[in-house]
Amino acid sequence: MSNGKVPEQIVFRIRRFAPGRDMEPVWKDYTIAYEAGMTVLDGLWKVKESIDPTLAWRASCRMGVCGSCGMLINGKAGLGCNTQISELATSVVTVAPLSNFPIVRDLVPDLRPLFDAHTALSPYIIRSDSSEQEEPTGEYYQSAEEMESYLQFSYCIKCACCMAACPTCATDPIYSGPVALAQAHRYNTDTRDDGFEARKDVLAGEAGPWRCHFAGECSRVCPKGVDPAKAIQLMKRQLVADALGLRKKRLPAELAKKPDGIERRPDIPEAPAPTV
Amino acid sequence: MRDQKLWTWHLAAGVIILFLLGLHMAIMHLDALLGIFNPAGGHPIDWANVVARGQSLAFTTTYILLLGTALFHGLYGLRNILFELDPAPPLKKALSWVLILVGVGLFIFGTWAAWVGYQVASQA
Amino acid sequence: MEKDRGHPNRLGIWGWIGGGSWGPDRYLYTLHRITGLGLLFYFVVHIFVTSSRAIGQSAWEESMMRVTGPLFVLGEYLVFVAVAFHAINGVRLVFAELGLGIGKPIEPIYPYRTCLDDQRPWAIGALLLIVALVVVGALDFFVWH
Repeated sequence: MSNGKVPEQIVFRIRRFAPGRDMEPVWKDYTIAYEAGMTVLDGLWKVKESIDPTLAWRASCRMGVCGSCGMLINGKAGLGCNTQISELATSVVTVAPLSNFPIVRDLVPDLRPLFDAHTALSPYIIRSDSSEQEEPTGEYYQSAEEMESYLQFSYCIKCACCMAACPTCATDPIYSGPVALAQAHRYNTDTRDDGFEARKDVLAGEAGPWRCHFAGECSRVCPKGVDPAKAIQLMKRQLVADALGLRKKRLPAELAKKPDGIERRPDIPEAPAPTV
Repeated sequence: MRDQKLWTWHLAAGVIILFLLGLHMAIMHLDALLGIFNPAGGHPIDWANVVARGQSLAFTTTYILLLGTALFHGLYGLRNILFELDPAPPLKKALSWVLILVGVGLFIFGTWAAWVGYQVASQA
Repeated sequence: MEKDRGHPNRLGIWGWIGGGSWGPDRYLYTLHRITGLGLLFYFVVHIFVTSSRAIGQSAWEESMMRVTGPLFVLGEYLVFVAVAFHAINGVRLVFAELGLGIGKPIEPIYPYRTCLDDQRPWAIGALLLIVALVVVGALDFFVWH
């Protein structure tokens, strides 16, 4: 069953913690049989099914989309579901909850600090014409190049791996962290958005990007290639330009003009009526 | 003062220090290689050289400018490090004031020394 | 409070040094911090020592006598090394933190390319320059004198 490199038996060394039972997290070893294609998440399932049903973790999609199964795998933050045991090339796989977040139980971190920081930076399009936004009469115009200026950062799945690797997050709970800052930059650079001044309330202070010193760990561990460090440095550039009065002010994108003089082809059916 | 402005100045101060301290280090430590601004020869810290540099108002001014920018750059950097240790808000406030007072105190002291040194050298 | 939400698990200062993915940029960050603190300490002492020139020649020469000897030469050389590192890595950081030399936002296609890859040649160049300065400084401190 096993390939040439991976031993047939794999030891899962898992950091266990149960509130009320344990004072401190403890390491426990579980030996399971390796199967080809086994991910770390598959291994955890196997431990739970065959050895210890009390083992707890958080996971959902098992395909690197939902961002639930962020954990420390051999000391490095990553998603359990898209980490192959064969790529680790070790016979002992250590699994621990993401650092810098409180442990709810075993491998389950409490990600509320992340979501609080994310919410505080209004990660959505802010416009002054809120009536148009709520009851749209058309689409806001955006060119392909304008979209590319933020698209990379919009792939974030909020798995919190970056915050477990960030040195500043290791001590400073006020710093917003790579997730929230990258998302704030994603909206600040979106040409449809007009919320730079509103977000600046948070960004100009202690929670802003100033506590980032470009150690680059967030970008190195990001399982989606979002590159939060790039977003944070580009955000600093914007904010420094703003502090010096050099930031190019732009008006938020207007409604896209509907093409003139074009008839709808009769063979294209109407869109179905909204269901909600 | 918020970090957006303070950090911008921190960066600007770093660039100023790069040039002024670069010159200072070149004079003091690369003397065998470059030998600039040491008219009396010998070691850069010989009194004759100190007086020769001290007679120049431009040198005295750049010393004071370097003193101010380096104090701001260093103490703001230290404040960043201390604040990342997550002290309680009242302690943060106290730390900020202590660092401001230390910075201003050292700046006044250093400026006094540079200015008196300039006058001593001018009379020499 | 964070504690009410579960068992606290922040890495603390250990997380400044390690506890991530152990990339080279992390060590540049750590060294930048250590050299910065060292230079600040030296700078404050330096202000007091050199201000003796305000009093006159004898005071100056006395305070300079107090900081001579092989240990002080070694210490001053370490200061020179710290300045070389902090200055050149600092220039790299000024550019990077203003969004220069880190690339533009790209489509993330596996294997992912990050700003650290764009930054790598600059980091290597900075390190080479630092090494060159450290060597020239060593010659000036210990050989040519």
